[in-house]
Amino acid sequence: MKTNSVLEKVFASGAFAVTSECGPPRGAMPEIVREKAEHLRGYVDAVNVTDNQTAMVRMSSFAASVILKQIGLNPVLQMVTRDRNRIAMQSDLIGAYSHDINTVLCLSGDHPFFGDHAMAANVYDLDSVQLIQTVKEMRDNGSLQGGAKVDNLPRMFIGAAANPFADPFELRVARLAKKINAGVDFIQTQCIYNLDKFEKWMEGIRERGLHKKVSIMAGVTPMKSEGMAKYMKNKVPGMDVPDEIIKRMGGVPKDKQAQEGIDISIESIQRLKAIEGVSGIHLMAIEWEQKVPEIIERAGLYPRPDVA
Amino acid sequence: MITAERKPLDEIMSYIEPYHRILLVGCNECVTVCAAGGRKEVAMLSSALQLASMKNGKTLSVNELTLERQCDPEYVDTLAPQIEGAEAIVSMACGCGVQELARRYGQVRVFPAVNTKFMGASERAGVWAERCQGCGDCLLGLTGGICPIARCSKRLFNGPCGGSNNGKCEVSSEMDCAWALIWEKMKELGTTDQYEAVISAKDWRSGRGGGPRKIIREDLQ
Repeated sequence: MKTNSVLEKVFASGAFAVTSECGPPRGAMPEIVREKAEHLRGYVDAVNVTDNQTAMVRMSSFAASVILKQIGLNPVLQMVTRDRNRIAMQSDLIGAYSHDINTVLCLSGDHPFFGDHAMAANVYDLDSVQLIQTVKEMRDNGSLQGGAKVDNLPRMFIGAAANPFADPFELRVARLAKKINAGVDFIQTQCIYNLDKFEKWMEGIRERGLHKKVSIMAGVTPMKSEGMAKYMKNKVPGMDVPDEIIKRMGGVPKDKQAQEGIDISIESIQRLKAIEGVSGIHLMAIEWEQKVPEIIERAGLYPRPDVA
Repeated sequence: MITAERKPLDEIMSYIEPYHRILLVGCNECVTVCAAGGRKEVAMLSSALQLASMKNGKTLSVNELTLERQCDPEYVDTLAPQIEGAEAIVSMACGCGVQELARRYGQVRVFPAVNTKFMGASERAGVWAERCQGCGDCLLGLTGGICPIARCSKRLFNGPCGGSNNGKCEVSSEMDCAWALIWEKMKELGTTDQYEAVISAKDWRSGRGGGPRKIIREDLQ
């Protein structure tokens, strides 16, 4: 084992892994973090804590991860390179590891343009691939990015994102290979609605044996309504929502659409589970954490393995 | 070239509000090429300032001049005879020219009439686009002659991000995705095998990270 990460242990056990997400609130409200996270207890192996997602100021990922740790859950510290330089990010990694946070997801982050601080400076001292390298150097060589050897550097299980639906498609397998070259251990993908295209991407992954070098978790987000499906299709960058999904959501009465969205996500999980090279799912139930238990149970992923 | 855009007239008017005699200085280099602060723009701004002043019941006298290069002390020195009698200087050069005038003629206030934008190239008539951020350690040899620092919204060294959409950037459909361009160029050049090599974290000391920069050429001193 490279780390103490529960997620690493689940992958090592051969079990199909499950992670979910907890978005910190826009204010000092630790009770909201606890409330959201409690819905997930026992149903997931680890919980991603987003880092100022959509470039909106929120409680820091680090602080919310500590709250999760305090109530006995396993946070995945999301870290975007948008807001902090390499000094601040390494400092936060050391801080997080001092609180036994041992799993990190390295991201570039949504551009500030999309949030409510579009006037902010864009840092991007590192990109996500360089952050993966930095975290790996800390763990495997005991050195900081600047080269100094230091005792007790964090031993993090390293994650990153992949979006099989962004353009150019032909480059998307090579991009994953690049993250593997940088030292990534696991991947969580963008929300998958176009399963045919995802399967095509996975074919490319398998052809090169990349699924044996990295654990791939397929991203799933249940839709709450036809309106949300349309919004995701038209407004969210890098999202591929086929028209059939929108039609199916629109084909049931408004008060039944949420249930339809959940049914679609469970069907997707069943199909994703069967794809060779997919090692888990990342269930992003956005502001809908209370539905995670139902989805996980009905998808046959409950109970979770005891690897501790 | 260094590109610039003229400031709004009201802002320039607010600078010169207390004065009756100004020296308006253009530059015959980059700002002439990008039509922001050359001889022609000096004449146009001069008329506009005089007209606007007249409307406010004030007579403004403008001495118009365009230097060969406002960032070069040799040319800036030639202004000396014109300084006397000017209550203020308005410069239509880039920030380098404005600062050179302010350094040389410290006793007179110097105001900028343009906003300096970026180092760029002309794409077609009337359109200039950013191409270089002067990072001090050129990597264009690795990226097919397309700079991700200047042309990717997130300046990713190992792009494209998940927001690349049909060759365009997630920030705006008006912006090309630099990494989509780089990938196309790599295909054209047959160098796609190099894509998977990680470009490691940049040493920003060659850029602004090391403080204000200077080039010293002993062979030329």
